[in-house]
Amino acid sequence: MAKTLPKVDVVTVGVGWTGGILAAELAKDGMKVVGLERGKERSTEDYLHGHDELRYALRYELMQDTSKETITFRNNRKQRALPMRQLGSFLLGENLGGAGVHWNGQTYRFFPYDFEIKSMTEKKYGKGKIKDGYFVQDWGITYDELEPYYDQFEKACGISGEENPMAGKRSNPYPTPPMKSTRSLDKFSEATKELGYKPYRIPSANLSEPYKNQYGMQINACQYCAFCERFGCEYGAKSDPVISVIPAAKESGNYEIRYHSNVTEVIYDGSKVTGVKYVDVQSGEEFIQPAEVVALTSYVMNNVKFLLMSDIGQKYDPKTGQGVVGRSYCYQILPGATGFYEEEQFNTFMGAGALGTSINDFYGDNFDHSDLDFIHGGVISITQTGKRPIANNPTPPDTPRWGKEFKSNSIKYYTRTLTIGSQGASLPYKENFLDLDPTYKDAYGLPLLRMTYNFTDQDKKLQKYITKKTAEISEKMGASKTVPNPELTDYSIVPYQTTHNTGGAIMGADPNSSVVNSYLQHWNAENLFVVGASAFAHNGGVNPTDTVGALAYRAAEGIKKYRKNGGSLV
Amino acid sequence: MSEQEKYSRRDFLKKSGYAAGGVVGGGLIASLITMQVMEDDPKTKNQSNGGSEDQFNDAFMFFTNRDDFRVLASSCERVFPEDENGPGAIKLGVPFFIDHQLAGPWGNNTKEYMQGPFYKGEPTQGYQSRMNRGEIFRMGIKKLKEKSQSDYQKSFQELSAEEQDKILTAFENDEVKMTGTTSAEFFELMRAATIEGVYADPMYSGNRNMEGWKMKQFPGAQMSYIGKIESDKFVDIEPQSLHSMLNK
Repeated sequence: MAKTLPKVDVVTVGVGWTGGILAAELAKDGMKVVGLERGKERSTEDYLHGHDELRYALRYELMQDTSKETITFRNNRKQRALPMRQLGSFLLGENLGGAGVHWNGQTYRFFPYDFEIKSMTEKKYGKGKIKDGYFVQDWGITYDELEPYYDQFEKACGISGEENPMAGKRSNPYPTPPMKSTRSLDKFSEATKELGYKPYRIPSANLSEPYKNQYGMQINACQYCAFCERFGCEYGAKSDPVISVIPAAKESGNYEIRYHSNVTEVIYDGSKVTGVKYVDVQSGEEFIQPAEVVALTSYVMNNVKFLLMSDIGQKYDPKTGQGVVGRSYCYQILPGATGFYEEEQFNTFMGAGALGTSINDFYGDNFDHSDLDFIHGGVISITQTGKRPIANNPTPPDTPRWGKEFKSNSIKYYTRTLTIGSQGASLPYKENFLDLDPTYKDAYGLPLLRMTYNFTDQDKKLQKYITKKTAEISEKMGASKTVPNPELTDYSIVPYQTTHNTGGAIMGADPNSSVVNSYLQHWNAENLFVVGASAFAHNGGVNPTDTVGALAYRAAEGIKKYRKNGGSLV
Repeated sequence: MSEQEKYSRRDFLKKSGYAAGGVVGGGLIASLITMQVMEDDPKTKNQSNGGSEDQFNDAFMFFTNRDDFRVLASSCERVFPEDENGPGAIKLGVPFFIDHQLAGPWGNNTKEYMQGPFYKGEPTQGYQSRMNRGEIFRMGIKKLKEKSQSDYQKSFQELSAEEQDKILTAFENDEVKMTGTTSAEFFELMRAATIEGVYADPMYSGNRNMEGWKMKQFPGAQMSYIGKIESDKFVDIEPQSLHSMLNK
């Protein structure tokens, strides 16, 4: 029998970026906030001996324990979904700060085009441009409306960056100047300028100088030690929820985090939610935490899973195209090209997660799509995130995968390859969706989330087009040999690609085609907010965290308004 | 240890062989056990393990018999052979790295979802075996031994490098029948673990004396590159392990 606890103003399910931001904003405003974190506490001191590629990057020290909870996966509805028994394609986080601790820190905004993709595309190219089966839609909010929230998130992080000539208008400059540059970044800048493009430094949450944010929290200067992605920062120089926002919530005296608390249900009475049920995974005790407002602030997967398990909102049915929960799951594609350099050796082992330079000349509708059979595009970048030796064994094509030649070439080219990468935007497709698995269960007896996903025709065409552009840049940079990434085939859950999963509980202006409104307030439960990349109506062609942070600030404002006036906020 | 000491120890080992082990220090004896385990392998005879200090953990945590360990060691050496760049998998301690990994969480799949039902999936669905990695290695090694006998009537470690490569290629191409797993799955695990053992921090028993890192010019666990990141030239830095950070 679950024990019912005293009611609080707000309970957040998960304490990463979104849970941390809501806590900081709402607890400061006087609300009693409880954060339920399924994992353990951790802080900067825990990362001092973190330069261990095997433990952190290969054995996933900071990641979700898939023996307890994972997803099932299939490429299409005809296949039997099987459990993702080990992590691969994307890396789900766990413990305080969530995936916000092991991120790289690349903090781009989405572009005005992203938020109005449908209207802009139809206006310029006509209604037939968006092909049947793609749920391309406007987000119910414009870039200009979201801009102030981007500004707040970037101030909380102290983002180091410079004006991007092709981006949406900013109300303020970046809080700190761009990071240092390197030989490989300079080569990219020169080559892209020669090709007529407009390079700019990647907005970075690895800070170029010490910074104090709006909550008075100190973030330190990056040391370029090259252990960001999959690692925590031992310097407190990579903004993450644990150093940037959670301490502000704690200082208010209105915030409590309960660790080892795994939520199993959002309690829903058909029009409102009354709280959540959770289990203390160490004692096995069950609790009910009543709250005026419930905020789902876990990763995409669990935000959607909670809605499906608690039966809130109409589930998406791919057979009829009706329903919204689980619809519009998106990922990203990774066009790119690798240049092999016979004459020059680079310091590829140094770097930082967001150390890089980008162009947006092939993003969104910055290039003419009249004669192209796809829409959108992607950022093109060079990054120097720090190559580590187990995972990075680049060899020219036709090199065997093991043996003498493999050894020689992988050693030689470890410091003699530069990759031009891209993140291709991903559009929702009717056959790509999330629902509950009928067979497999997690450690608490709850169904696993089932992912049905494959790359689309749009993805394949975009991959081919952008890959060609990246190869041209690599050649311009003077690579002795350039090897473009292969064309897309079926999506595989096995090799690491990107932890930029989105959708499943998307935002929009119409309850028939979205789960939450532009404040992330659920259409079918006015006191439930579903916050995160689960709200993205499609996935843009840059890293999602800046937009996740902006939406969290927007939701925080929504919750304040709701507590004052009640009812629907739109 | 200074460079000079390292090389003189190597020379000593070369000249004396492991029989002399009894008269020198404990650290040396421990390192000689590596060779003793390998004594039947002509390719590894009379080689040091890279001049490392006390190797008390050069002992079996997972394996139970030497022959299985030798087969694994010979396989790893084919994946990452000794050559003009430097030591191969055996000298780098990779077989012990794998033994220790198999004895721990990785070999026991403690962080993997191991609930049934189990079905053979599509390649895009990944690992679907009900066996853990330790069990897959045991079966894979047994199959390597069987195939060596049936193809060449010799043990795996007695085969020429070319013959060993032929057998390993058959595993890689999934041409060897296994139950509960596939020969390709075993091969991929063995290949991946070998590369991990070459380049993981030496505390895990591979990458002896950081020789893996030195070959690749990876400086290991450095605290900061802030003074070097803007350099236009390649910067060669002496590597440093996590152990040395703890002692600072």
